[in-house]
Amino acid sequence: MSDSQETTSNPSLYEQLGGEAAVNAAVDIFYRKVLSDYRINRFFDNSDMEKQAAKQKAFLTMAFGGPNNYNGQDMRNAHAHLVKMGLNASHFDIVMEHLGATLAELNVPQELIAQAAAIAESTRNDVLGK
Amino acid sequence: MRSITIGESTFSCQPDETVLETLLRENIKVPNGCRQGLCQACQMRSIDNSPPVSAQVGLKDTLQKQNYFLACICHPERDMTVALPNYQGPSINAVVIKKQLLTPDIVQLVLEYQTAFTFFAGQFVNLKRPDGLTRSYSIANIPTHENILEFHIRRLPNGQFSSWVYDELEIGSQLAISEAQGSCHYLPGRAEQPLMLIGTGSGLAPLYGIIADALAQDHSGPIHLFHGSRDLNGLYFINEMRELAAKFDNFYYTPCLSGEDVESEHIRGRAHDVALSSTETLNGWRVFLCGHPEMINQTKKMAFMKGASMNDIYTDAFHVAQVEK
Repeated sequence: MSDSQETTSNPSLYEQLGGEAAVNAAVDIFYRKVLSDYRINRFFDNSDMEKQAAKQKAFLTMAFGGPNNYNGQDMRNAHAHLVKMGLNASHFDIVMEHLGATLAELNVPQELIAQAAAIAESTRNDVLGK
Repeated sequence: MRSITIGESTFSCQPDETVLETLLRENIKVPNGCRQGLCQACQMRSIDNSPPVSAQVGLKDTLQKQNYFLACICHPERDMTVALPNYQGPSINAVVIKKQLLTPDIVQLVLEYQTAFTFFAGQFVNLKRPDGLTRSYSIANIPTHENILEFHIRRLPNGQFSSWVYDELEIGSQLAISEAQGSCHYLPGRAEQPLMLIGTGSGLAPLYGIIADALAQDHSGPIHLFHGSRDLNGLYFINEMRELAAKFDNFYYTPCLSGEDVESEHIRGRAHDVALSSTETLNGWRVFLCGHPEMINQTKKMAFMKGASMNDIYTDAFHVAQVEK
C-alpha cells in the first residue's frame, strides 16, 4: 500500500490531497454526515463533541496517508464498548460511504478517494474487534 | 538544553524530546493519546511565556490565547513552566462593593480587587468563602480601570453558596477569587462575523460580558442575543439590553419565555429553538452558549449540524454542585 508513498519523485497521497488544510476542510463535513445518519449516530451520542472531532481528525489524517502512529491495539480498545453496543461490519461500511462522499464533495479525484478508502479499510478488523 | 518546570519540579528536556516525552520519562502523569498533535488529550498550559505556535495547532483560538498547547508536539524554544489544564494558580482577595437583586431569583454581586488580575469577560472564577466552600461563577463585565468583577448569582433551592450570598454576605466582606478560567470569551480578529449568543437564566452573565467586549472592540457583524427563561424571574436586564439594541445597529435582542402559563409580551419558546429557527444557516457564524448543561449539549450539536464550525462554538455549562453529605 505504501509503495507510492516511498518513491521520492511522486508526491505522497497526503500531499496530493492537500495535507492538513484538506483534513481540516473534510473533518466538519465528515462528522456532520456521521452525526446525521440515523443508522449510526447512536454510537456517537454520549461523546464529547470536541474530543470526537479531534478523533475524527486523527482518523482522516491517517486515511489521507498523513503522519500517524496507528496502533491496532489502541483502535481495538477504543471501539470495544461500541462493539458491545452492536457495532458491526454494516456500520463500518456506512462510515466508509461517508468518507467517500466527503472526499467527493471536496472534488477529490476518484483515484485518490480509492487510495484513502483502502487505508481506512485496513482498520476494519481492529475497529470491529475481529 | 531547555528546562521544563511543573509544580515544584524542574526537568531537562533532552534535545529532540517533546514536553510530553520529558514529563513521561520523569514519571509525571500526563494524559495522552495519538502523540501527533491531533487528539488533544495531552493539552497543557504554559504559565509563564507563550508556547511555540507550532504546538498550538488545531486548538480553539481562545485556548491558544491563554497559552494552551499540545505537549506531544511541543519542542520547547526556551525554558517553560507548564501546568495541566486543571491547575489553579494562587487566588487573590476581593471585597464586596455592591449587592442588588435583579429579579427575586438572581442577585448582582460586584467585587473590587486590589491585586493585579487578568481576565476576559465571559470567563469564570471560583469564589471561595472564608470556610472554604467554593463555587464557580461567570464574569459579566469587561476589564476596566476600576478593578471590579460583576457576577449574576441565581439562588438555587438548597444552594449552600447562593443562599449564603443572598442571606448573609455583606458589603465590605472579603472573598477569595481564583484565576479566571474557561475558553468561552470573545477574541477580536474576525470583526464581520455574525455572532449568535444563547443563554438561559443567569447564563446571561457571561454573554453580557462577551457582548460588551465585542462592541468595545468594534465588532461590525450582526450580534444576536437570545435570552431565555421558564418564567419572568429568570429574565433580567431587559431594559439594559433594549437600550443597547437601540444604541448599536448591529445588536439584536430577543427575550424568550418557555413556561406554559406565563402571560407576557415576550416570544414564547425555548431560547435555543427560537434562535436556531431564526436563521437558515450558521455557516461562518460564531456561537456562544451559556447556562443549562442540557441546553448546551443539545444546542451545540444543532448549531454544528446547522453549519457552524466546531472551533467556532464556545460554551460555558452551568453545572449545579452536588451537595455532599
